[in-house]
Amino acid sequence: MKITIRYFASIREAIGQGSESRDTVAMRLSDLRNELLAASPAHAASLARGKSVRMAIDQVMTDESALLTEGCEVAFFPPVTGG
Amino acid sequence: MAARVSIQTGDFNLADEVEALRQGDKHVGAVCTFTGTVRDRNDGLTVSSMELEHYPGMTEKAIEAMVDEALARFDIFAARVVHRVGLLQPLDQVVLVAVTSAHRGESFRACEFLMDYLKTQAPFWKKEVTPEGARWVDARVSDDAALARWGISAPNA
Repeated sequence: MKITIRYFASIREAIGQGSESRDTVAMRLSDLRNELLAASPAHAASLARGKSVRMAIDQVMTDESALLTEGCEVAFFPPVTGG
Repeated sequence: MAARVSIQTGDFNLADEVEALRQGDKHVGAVCTFTGTVRDRNDGLTVSSMELEHYPGMTEKAIEAMVDEALARFDIFAARVVHRVGLLQPLDQVVLVAVTSAHRGESFRACEFLMDYLKTQAPFWKKEVTPEGARWVDARVSDDAALARWGISAPNA
């Protein structure tokens, strides 16, 4: 399925782009993260498990067990620091 | 009805925001506000400026949901959140939370609840410029603990 992936803050800088479109066979967010870890050294470094990475699907915070849907917008970003 | 949540690059005026929130409502007996400002020091270094990034769309949705939660949890009349993004300097205002209620206790609590929630669950990121270069601000475990006091476990840091 086709999805959009967005990156923010330090992860955006490390990967070198704010968003990318991707055709994926991943069913869950965890599968997609595995795919991305293999996509480039920058992806591997910034999305590595053990790093603090927060995730959202269609602009709602979620965890890796969440299911992807056709056309969804996935986001990866570091812990938030507003306020 | 006035907007409950605004994400903006420009400054805000506390008096104007409070007046708009009260809307001449005679039931209001308490207005509690919190204003966050840019400090000139963080984690041992001088901060000369700060860039605030956010996730447009999600930020507004997340904070709207927080306001809904505050209205459900506390006996308050209205709440307003303004958060600035973009380039900010020490002394600049960053965030405003304002709440109205009949008595002070509920607005004090709702105001603190909204700030605790926002600190750990709204998609903003701060990058500060120091003499040692620019650096992304780290999330604090103490902010997670602050939210946990309200019975919400959603670790961020």
